[in-house]
Amino acid sequence: MHSLHSSKRSGATDEPAWVRWLLTVAALVFLAFFLLLPLAAVFTEALRKGWDLYWEALKEPEALSAIKLTLIITAIAVPLNLVFGVAASWAIAKFDFKGKSLLITLIDLPFSVSPVVAGLIYVLVFGAQGWLGPWLAEHDIKIIFAVPGMVLATVFVTFPFVARELIPLMEAQGTDEEQAALVLGASGWQTFWKVTLPNIKWGLLYGVILSNARAMGEFGAVSVVSGHIRGLTNTVPLHVEILYNEYNFVAAFACASILALLALVTLAVKTWVEWRSERQMAAEQAVVHDH
Amino acid sequence: MRFRQASVLPGFGLAFGYTVFYLGLVVLLPLSALIIKTSSLTFDRFWEVVTAERVMAAYQLTFGASFVAALINLFAGLLVAWVLTRYRFPGKRLVDALVDLPFALPTAVAGIALTTLYAPNGLIGEWLAPLGVQVAFKPLGVVVALTFIGLPFVVRTVQPVLQELEAELEEAAACLGASRWQTFGKVILPTVLPALMTGFTLAFARAIGEYGSVIFIAGNIPLESEIVPLLIIGKLEQYDYAGATAIASVMLLISFGLIFVINLIQWWHGRRHGMRK
Repeated sequence: MHSLHSSKRSGATDEPAWVRWLLTVAALVFLAFFLLLPLAAVFTEALRKGWDLYWEALKEPEALSAIKLTLIITAIAVPLNLVFGVAASWAIAKFDFKGKSLLITLIDLPFSVSPVVAGLIYVLVFGAQGWLGPWLAEHDIKIIFAVPGMVLATVFVTFPFVARELIPLMEAQGTDEEQAALVLGASGWQTFWKVTLPNIKWGLLYGVILSNARAMGEFGAVSVVSGHIRGLTNTVPLHVEILYNEYNFVAAFACASILALLALVTLAVKTWVEWRSERQMAAEQAVVHDH
Repeated sequence: MRFRQASVLPGFGLAFGYTVFYLGLVVLLPLSALIIKTSSLTFDRFWEVVTAERVMAAYQLTFGASFVAALINLFAGLLVAWVLTRYRFPGKRLVDALVDLPFALPTAVAGIALTTLYAPNGLIGEWLAPLGVQVAFKPLGVVVALTFIGLPFVVRTVQPVLQELEAELEEAAACLGASRWQTFGKVILPTVLPALMTGFTLAFARAIGEYGSVIFIAGNIPLESEIVPLLIIGKLEQYDYAGATAIASVMLLISFGLIFVINLIQWWHGRRHGMRK
């Protein structure tokens, strides 16, 4: 079978054709059941009663305010973590210091913490019974059950994404190019903008896409700190939950389909970025070999 | 001994200082609030909360379902990684990209989609119902949701290792008379074992804390299909902050334990790798 032979291998290190077929089919059936069907279900359920009701559900004022709030929270949380990610990876990848691996473990920590626990810790700090609760109440500042708390929870759950993409990339690139720029008289910032940033742009974009997807889709952490105030502290995922629990399935899946589209766009851009950075690396290696 | 080795590059102070400041403010300070709040409880009260019957049932479900889901992903993930690195088939790039869907799809969306599919009148559920298998609103539903969200972990940790596996090793094994199956068991499997274990632990750790995709499909029946994160939310809604904090601190402790295990696997792998050179 032409379409199903293994690459670069032959004879003794190859499985018989029927084994290859069996394994491929088994893998594809598993992925179809666990990935493709749920994805397809979102769109078929959303369009079950036709396009008119679909648009109707998206044009509801509550749906629109949920979309707006999701965009606002993401627009604050992602840039904050972007700046942090660049600073952290500059310090970690370009310098040698004691306790580096501890610092990396601490940066990764939010990935291992349950989203519900992530929401809870901010309630414990800023909530009515929390550390800063009385002080905040005195000054009439609302953080929990309001937008600032939701931004904080989102920052927490997307915290490591950019740093985690950049650290290995910058470590692999080393410091030779920066040192050359500095020797030639560039200032520190010039070196960063003209040498480092162009080198890490694909990794940076990759990290931003992943944080963006997580920020827009976060449910557990945001749910704990939101207070579920309709039209005020509802993001799209929280709005989906409310609609679903009201048995308004078409509207719930209509809103869910926006998030599913976002996921598909994320995967498409991610694949494109991977392809671009692969090509860039291959081109650089070709240049090295030519010289 | 100096804290930092000399370098001609500027900006260490600013970058390091900002990193530690932001990390402390956003992550460490709030996490310490959890630990301090927990330590304000007496030990008896803490023990009473974290060993209550309903909480014990939730631990059992959360850990049991997470373990089964991670185990399914261990085998399925190895299979998918193997097929994606070794074989060529039409649409392979698309399938490869789709593997990351559980990372990109918001958990609440995954939750309602899986519930619709596996409900007794759903597309998959109606095939399983005559067989007497009910998935949605049962512990089995929790396993399905956790399998979905853990799927990319094993694939993405094993895939690069399989890709870099040298063909010479397998050729040598074949030349020495090993069957394909022996080569797999004695040459390939030991090489990917650390990656498999890391992927398993990552999927397990993610599953334990998972909330959004599970609550829709679980049915949330106390003592039967209620997960630990949901108990924390329940306590919070009753303004029982001490109870919520106590259960959360147990979960945090387990997360720390799993991070330690992952680091241990990687250290063990690194040492083995270093010895071979």
